[in-house]
Amino acid sequence: MTDVDEVIAQVHREEWARVVATLARRLGDLDVAEEMAAEAFATAVERWPVDGVPPNPGAWLTTTARRKAIDRLRREGRREEKHREALMLFDTPEPVGAIDDDRLRLVFTCCHPALAVEARVALTLRMVGGLTVPEIARAFLVEETAMSRRITRAKTKIRAARIPYGVPLREDIPARVTGVLAVLYLIFNEGYLTSGPDKEAVRADLTAEAIRLTRLVRAMMPADGEVAGLLALMLLTEARRPARMSASGELVALDEQDRGAWDRGLIAEGHALVRGRLASGQAPGRYQILAAINAVHTDALDVRDTDWSQVVALYDQLARLDPSPIVRLNRAIAVAELDGPEVALAQVNGLPLEGYHAFHATRADLLRRLGRSVQSRAAYDRAIGLTVNTAETAYLTRRRDQLAAPASGGPTPDHAAAADPPGGP
Amino acid sequence: MAQYLMSVLDDTSGSATAEEMAAIDVFNDQLQADGHWVFAGGLASPDTATIVDARDAAPVFTDGPYVESKEFIVGFWIINAPDLDVALRLASGGSKSCNRRVELRPILSE
Repeated sequence: MTDVDEVIAQVHREEWARVVATLARRLGDLDVAEEMAAEAFATAVERWPVDGVPPNPGAWLTTTARRKAIDRLRREGRREEKHREALMLFDTPEPVGAIDDDRLRLVFTCCHPALAVEARVALTLRMVGGLTVPEIARAFLVEETAMSRRITRAKTKIRAARIPYGVPLREDIPARVTGVLAVLYLIFNEGYLTSGPDKEAVRADLTAEAIRLTRLVRAMMPADGEVAGLLALMLLTEARRPARMSASGELVALDEQDRGAWDRGLIAEGHALVRGRLASGQAPGRYQILAAINAVHTDALDVRDTDWSQVVALYDQLARLDPSPIVRLNRAIAVAELDGPEVALAQVNGLPLEGYHAFHATRADLLRRLGRSVQSRAAYDRAIGLTVNTAETAYLTRRRDQLAAPASGGPTPDHAAAADPPGGP
Repeated sequence: MAQYLMSVLDDTSGSATAEEMAAIDVFNDQLQADGHWVFAGGLASPDTATIVDARDAAPVFTDGPYVESKEFIVGFWIINAPDLDVALRLASGGSKSCNRRVELRPILSE
């Protein structure tokens, strides 16, 4: 990859959403905005290696995309499009409202409740995250053609049904924000534990984008506990990122991380948000409980200082809101620290999570700690087969291969097995 | 301003209660007062339908609905709304007033 290629890749990450969002506002058409943004980037790929990178790449891209849009509208020359052209040429002043970021407007449109949930996630990743259709398809284990159809269908509905490109009606805002938070959290997780064999294991741009957008939603709704909870959860997870990857690109589990490398600034901000929610006296939602669990972990400067009974109590609280097997799996990981691996294994076995890599990774670790190497190896093999993140595969492979080495004694006396997922352990 | 069709779904026709009829009247008055009203009506049972096919030569009339289904359209509104967010709120009001599910579809313009 040449220097210019790298610059283009970086500009794409940083500017894609802004170019699409600006065009979408001016055109009132998401589909055309996306297409013109893609064309502008294609032009950059042709021109920048020859002409050099322009001093303000973002502005260059927006201007180029806008010119392409005007050309296209003139060519097509339909009445409705003429109206849009007028909008482009005589840029109407924007009302200064609560939401003054085009990208957030874009998020609300992509997360509209009249769209299916899978379509909301896919659209947000495409339009806001700038991921390609193949990347999104891989992230959700869906055929590329199926993912492409899903996105096209959503865009067609936005246009035909007139899903507005803008701020929700005031009375709709709370419900709409809940939908946005779910999508932002999915994007954060995709950045935190990227799927795909040829990709960076962590995409800091996606986690940073999820955090930035969550901060914007919070600025708009400072009193909403779940917005604060999601932001705290993301910050406390992001704080561990510097310690989460070894120099050789292997995932480092929570118990093995160099806690001195954690980002103290992010932790302080996350803890302050969690304390603020506790002080409110309101019953916490799912994100606030997950944030509190992460606050307990980041409170301990040494893994041995972790207040596991507090973690288990918080998972009990979460299980009352969300009695899903994944919550029970994460709870069992904490139980292993409190009551031992045997008790935890009994709770993990039988959970309906056969297709989930973390289920097998957890079983593998618990079996290893119980000295049941043969079963542990089989569970590691299952976990490795289901893992789509390169760093996690490396971590699990090393753990499995350590089983093969002639052990000097019994099971190693180490702690939590989970490879530090955002929501747990 | 776009137009939307709000179809009321049910498995029986003409089964609205007096209370539902009263609520629908209140809803209709509000639609008219707010400028969203275009048209509305209740439909007789699908059994009363006639299929008409005049594509070739003399029209052919066939008794009965085009498709038999458990649920069918028992009534409809056509409304004016600037965008889907407003239309969704109106459809929610419609569903509440007639106490039935409503399918909301945009009417093609131009």
